[in-house]
Amino acid sequence: MGDIVAVTGNEACAQAFKQINPDVCAAYPITPATDLMQRFSSFVNDGKVDTELVLVESEHSAMSACIGAAAAGGRVATATSSQGLALMWEMLYIAAGTRLPIIMPLVNRALSAPLNIHGDHSDGMGARDTGWIQLYSENAQEAYDNTIQAFRIAEHLDIRVPAMVCMDGFIVSHSIERVEYIDDADVKKFVGEFQAVNPLLDMDKPKSYGPLILTDMYHEYKRAQHEVMTKVPNIVREVAADFEKMTGRKYDLFETYRLDDAEIAVVVMSSAAGTTKDIIDQYREKGIKVGLLKPRMFRPFPFLEIAEALQHLKAIAVLDRADSFGGYGPLFSEITGAVMSMNSKPAVINKIFGLGGRDYLPDQAEQVLDELVTIAKTGKVETIKEYIGVRE
Amino acid sequence: MSKKYWEKLPQGSVVLEAGSSAKFKTGGWRSMRPKWIEENCIQCMFCWMYCPDMSVKVTAEGKRAEFDFEYCKGCGICALECPGKKGNKAIVMEQEGK
Repeated sequence: MGDIVAVTGNEACAQAFKQINPDVCAAYPITPATDLMQRFSSFVNDGKVDTELVLVESEHSAMSACIGAAAAGGRVATATSSQGLALMWEMLYIAAGTRLPIIMPLVNRALSAPLNIHGDHSDGMGARDTGWIQLYSENAQEAYDNTIQAFRIAEHLDIRVPAMVCMDGFIVSHSIERVEYIDDADVKKFVGEFQAVNPLLDMDKPKSYGPLILTDMYHEYKRAQHEVMTKVPNIVREVAADFEKMTGRKYDLFETYRLDDAEIAVVVMSSAAGTTKDIIDQYREKGIKVGLLKPRMFRPFPFLEIAEALQHLKAIAVLDRADSFGGYGPLFSEITGAVMSMNSKPAVINKIFGLGGRDYLPDQAEQVLDELVTIAKTGKVETIKEYIGVRE
Repeated sequence: MSKKYWEKLPQGSVVLEAGSSAKFKTGGWRSMRPKWIEENCIQCMFCWMYCPDMSVKVTAEGKRAEFDFEYCKGCGICALECPGKKGNKAIVMEQEGK
């Protein structure tokens, strides 16, 4: 067994990078992800890893350099947040469309304007359609474990898709928690040797990356890209099973908490799930049958599996730490998409919470559960989308 | 079961054949056509140098040869740069299909 340490989410991810020792990291600092790559750059400077660290002039360049290095045939990683991810936008699609398994912790942070450095999911949700796998983490342990698993998932020869490992800015990235590290040798063995596919540096087999493909074939390439994503859930589960054998820690496409016999449930991602679980325990003591579903893999979204887990419920509240102005929250849209396939459809409401790092407090969770109890009783939904914890 | 068309595409749209762009004949894009007037040509090779494609052919002796119309897009740079002989251009642009 590895060391048990008190570290931040950023520190834990930097440790995972150190243990995996990628060939190339190209990065640009941005709060709250700065600390992650800064710690990793110390490992580079101190000779703890032999990674080629490329210090670039923007996140657009960081992702561009990662794409070049991955196409060349290297194991590549970077990290970013918020505006940094936004600046990477066009390159994210290129990394995914070119099927380069780049790993990127995304320390979730609000997007400007107004300028805000704190945690919400606006950045990750904005990148949901880029073709990247997205894994969301509740705490530092999950951020560390997901980072290690992400390499195995993304680099799997059946898919070769880049992956983001998301954790809440400051709440997880900068809070010190108890984390169980895995021994260096075990991590190395778990992720295995990197296998390059069509590397540019194979001079005997020259090839071109990034061709122009117009009306005659673009549609087919996108169809193929969707197909690849349908293979991801099984691989995520395979990797999780191996990971459990090594660590005893269980992962799946999503986590359920007291959900099996529940009548009402909350669906929420990342750190807010922890607070919600505490309140669920309190309500369970009062005899109220409430449960939780915490999506871990947001892309690809496991519609059918989630529908199966939720179909016995009377009412569901989907909590979004991001908004779509003039639309429903992004997680709500996915959950209602999943509900579509059910025979008897539960009532679903949407709560927007915690934008720009606004605390998600126990009394907000209570307020949501009380509303669900009423909906389950009456079958009536007053308002589908509401903001909670907002000053009125 | 046989694979669907889109299932057979190379992963990540990587082109695995070197030099395959030669198969992409771009001459069909042309609306203007360069005409080489040999008696005005001083063999300066400016047209060969300036051509953004490789549409000015050169003989084994290093002399200017006819255009390669399979790739010439008719951009007209060669005609613009051509110094000609005593004020007479060795390359002029004409309407395609005339």
